[in-house]
Amino acid sequence: MTDGPLVLLIEDEPAMRRFLRAALGTHEFRLVEAGTMREGLAQAAGRNPDVILLDLGLPDGDGLDATRQLREWTTTPIIVLSARGQEQDKIAALDAGADDYLTKPFSVGELLARMRVALRHRATGGEVPQLFEAGALRVDLARRTVTVGENDVHLTPTEYRLLAMLVKHAGKVLTHRQLLLEVWGSHNATQTQALRVYVTQLRHKIEQDPARPRLLLTEPGVGYRLKDA
Amino acid sequence: MADPRRPDPDALLALVRDEEARQHRGRLKLFFGAAPGVGKTYTMLEAARARQAEGIDVVVGVVETHGRSETARLTEGLAILPRRAIDYKGSLLQEFDLDSALERKPALILMDELAHTNAPGCRHGKRWQDVLELLDSGIDVYTTLNVQHVESLNDVVAQITGVTVRETVPDAVLERADEIELVDVSPDVLLQRLREGRVYLPDQASRALERFFREGNLIALRELALRQTAHRVDAQMRGYMRSQGIRDTWAASDRLAVCIGPDPSALRLIRAARRMAERLQAQWTAVFVEVPGQVGETAREAVVRAFRLAEELGGETVTLSGASVADEILAWAQERNVTRLIVGKPLRQGLRARLRGSLLDALVDGSGSMDVFVITGEADDATPPEPVRRPPPFAQYLWAAGVVAVATAVGLALRAVLSTTDIAMLYLLAAVVVGSRVRQRPALLASVLSIALFDFCFVPPYYTFAVHDITYILTFGMMLTIAIIMSRLTGRIREQADASRAREQRTASAYALSREMTAAREPPEIAAAATRHIEDAFAGRVTFILADQDGALAGDDGVARWTFEHGQIAGLGTSTLPASPALYLPLQASDRVFGVVRVVPREARSVVDPEQRQQLESFVRQAAVALERAALAERNQASRMEVEAERLRTSLLSSLSHDLRTPLGSIEGAASSLLETGPALSPDARRELAETILGESRRMTRLVANLLDMIRVESGSLAVQKQWVPLEEVIGVALIRLDARLSDHPVTTTLPPDLPLVSVDDILLEQVFINLLENAAKYTPPGSPIEISATTREGEVTVSVADRGPGIPSGDEQRIFEKFYRASQGDAVGGVGLGLTICRGIILAHGGRIWAERRAGGGAVLRFTLPADGAPPESPAEDLLEEGAR
Repeated sequence: MTDGPLVLLIEDEPAMRRFLRAALGTHEFRLVEAGTMREGLAQAAGRNPDVILLDLGLPDGDGLDATRQLREWTTTPIIVLSARGQEQDKIAALDAGADDYLTKPFSVGELLARMRVALRHRATGGEVPQLFEAGALRVDLARRTVTVGENDVHLTPTEYRLLAMLVKHAGKVLTHRQLLLEVWGSHNATQTQALRVYVTQLRHKIEQDPARPRLLLTEPGVGYRLKDA
Repeated sequence: MADPRRPDPDALLALVRDEEARQHRGRLKLFFGAAPGVGKTYTMLEAARARQAEGIDVVVGVVETHGRSETARLTEGLAILPRRAIDYKGSLLQEFDLDSALERKPALILMDELAHTNAPGCRHGKRWQDVLELLDSGIDVYTTLNVQHVESLNDVVAQITGVTVRETVPDAVLERADEIELVDVSPDVLLQRLREGRVYLPDQASRALERFFREGNLIALRELALRQTAHRVDAQMRGYMRSQGIRDTWAASDRLAVCIGPDPSALRLIRAARRMAERLQAQWTAVFVEVPGQVGETAREAVVRAFRLAEELGGETVTLSGASVADEILAWAQERNVTRLIVGKPLRQGLRARLRGSLLDALVDGSGSMDVFVITGEADDATPPEPVRRPPPFAQYLWAAGVVAVATAVGLALRAVLSTTDIAMLYLLAAVVVGSRVRQRPALLASVLSIALFDFCFVPPYYTFAVHDITYILTFGMMLTIAIIMSRLTGRIREQADASRAREQRTASAYALSREMTAAREPPEIAAAATRHIEDAFAGRVTFILADQDGALAGDDGVARWTFEHGQIAGLGTSTLPASPALYLPLQASDRVFGVVRVVPREARSVVDPEQRQQLESFVRQAAVALERAALAERNQASRMEVEAERLRTSLLSSLSHDLRTPLGSIEGAASSLLETGPALSPDARRELAETILGESRRMTRLVANLLDMIRVESGSLAVQKQWVPLEEVIGVALIRLDARLSDHPVTTTLPPDLPLVSVDDILLEQVFINLLENAAKYTPPGSPIEISATTREGEVTVSVADRGPGIPSGDEQRIFEKFYRASQGDAVGGVGLGLTICRGIILAHGGRIWAERRAGGGAVLRFTLPADGAPPESPAEDLLEEGAR
């Protein structure tokens, strides 16, 4: 057929599978389906997919286990599909190495955006472009400068490290833990609240309306995401 | 309207009922006499003959003529019911035949000797029972009775005559008599008859009966019979007065008190008091005065026994405490308006009583307008129990001697400056000091020691007990007397103080308990509080055994079960299962027993002490009332919740059927159109159908999410995971989430720059903002602004979401937070009416408040508060350093 990216869908609900089959098929993705975790793991090893869509509520095991087992041997992007109210599972899966998540019900547009980001990061192999632009924001990682429109923005070193980390993973969700480990080198509950304060400060410097952020988005209960270019 | 002279309607009704019953019942006429031989049977027979002459069917059931010809002659012409022969241990006894009498059913039957005991084998054990059955079947009865057979007078008669009569008739039978005719002759005439052999005496008891028929006895018995009849007439008179509404002649009601002591005669006094009280229709109380330190174990038990009898006989009991029995009784009696005081006659007057006047003298002297009745307190066991007192501890003797030694040392040191009188005073001081601290015997020791040492050390010749000046002997005598009197006085004051302190403590703990009971809500809480208080007030271990939901008592404690099932006190110190080591009190409320309180006292004595027992019972009663209140509250709560749940179910059903079905209908319709006629539709039409499906799905998603949230809020399973977050971030998430829906409304957010972090569950708070903003968008016209603002003050942050819509209907400011409330009932608005209810649940769970206001200049403001007490933990120090370096 086509040689679009191969997607492994590990999902037990037939309706969801049918919906994704139809949606992905029209967008030039090839799809492999698995109804259980065991089958999914086998398919991942056998078919070497480009991206994995993993449902958190599988009949024969939780998504967290699946994520850990997959991460033992592959860096294939994993996007977790979860129901509302599964925040803790979601965070655990992300911290265990999943790349992103989607909360059901989600639109096809959201799914494709996540998958594109994941595929892009995989394609560049972690290599980050030196220049990042989104809206009026412009970050030059090489020269360590940040501008919004015509104006230079002065950031503290911590703010800059935070922004740089977000830029490197632009479009992808970063959990509180991941951000803290990267920016501070450790993490605990008090630091999470410091992180929130820094994000707020950062928003006041780079957002037009900090109370209605368009770039530095909050993923409630999970972390933050810098809007993709 | 309410004329006090009108007959009491209840009393009238009772009278009418009584009359009605009498119509069907036979009439009982009693021929009442003071002794055998007064002519009761004779009088009865005469009366019967007169009735027969009137044409009434008269039958002789039983008449004992005892071979007297005058009497036998009177039976002639009367129908005599044949006796029934009963074989008893080989001898044939002629007994009254109840069955044939009932069958014969005469209008009037004669039943001699009401107190007669039937031979075994008869239907009833007593003749009066036969009589009652005859009356019940509508037969009139004439019967005879002597005063010594009246139950309540039984012991009086025994006391007067020394002959105990075993055959008695309950007073209730007498009260049932419609008519009592007293057959009275003077004792002289009766003795004359006896001498002439006209009085029948059974042979075997002739000697005892001879004692019985002494003139003094006969006078007393006659008086008893007269009084009994008079009392009866009096009662009839009162009944008549009641029926006629006559009240004026009612005397002010009497109030009796009987003083009892710790001896067996108390029982007799109590019976006497009861008789008098009954006659006077008066309330009565048994009083005991506890002289601190003078009541031993056995004495206490005697008092408790007496009190129990008093309570059984319908009296009250009171324990007073004080040094002077007479003063305490008089003070109490005056306060309670006692009109008659009953005391026992002192049996033996000791020397002390002769010198100081007896209790009786003191009572009579101080009685004022009160009548004092003195009753012989002769008892079966006349020796009053010796007060059992524990000997004072050895340390007290030591201490007493020590104080005297110190006084001696001081005297010796200062003998140069002190006169002999001063030193004598010093010793007196020592005796008083000792008396105020120790019991009598050590105090006495101190007094004697004082005199001896005074003599030895300070009276010439020194250091011998010899005395030159003979006047010192007088001095010693006076000193000793003064020392003893003073030490006893101070000792008594101390004991009184101790007793009142103990009482005060119990009162205080009773108060504390009642206060805590009012505050306690849950049965375990109540039981714990009551346990603590009872243990505080009474030395011992207290266990609450509460019945479970089904009203069953856990555990296999038999006494507890008995107490629970009978609702009566049992165990140690009671008459039921007294061998148990614990006292069991039922937690008796108005309609059921909630459980049992088990008290294991450290000293068995304490549960026997009537005052302590009373207090214990009042504590337990309080606990029972509190338990009942808790049960009622729970029941109320349960029924309220049930009503609420029912209301919720009904509205949920109607809401769901509408709000879930509508979008489902649209989705189904749009999807089937796409499927069936898809290719034929224009791209625009297809798009419209798809958008319908999308929009309706989203609507349903929101609805289901709201319902699920509602269930979480309602069921109390809302787990608030608080974190310190900037409010701006939470608002930001909500605004982004609602981006599309708020596209028609300019939203401004105004937050003070110094707004502190708030400790909230960010996901739940985000839901609050989403619901509030959604509401604002839903109920306001497009283009109208929505303003979010926050202020901080006094430990709380107040957040407001204001709009310029139509505002909240007046009076609905509270109702909008109720479930399924919708400002406008139109479908256009949509939603189930749960948004604000969820908001309220979430805010309450955060410890805040939420309310709505009408906004000045039009529109509505919804405000909520979040507690902002306690600063967030400090940020890591290295950041501050880092920032400072910049």
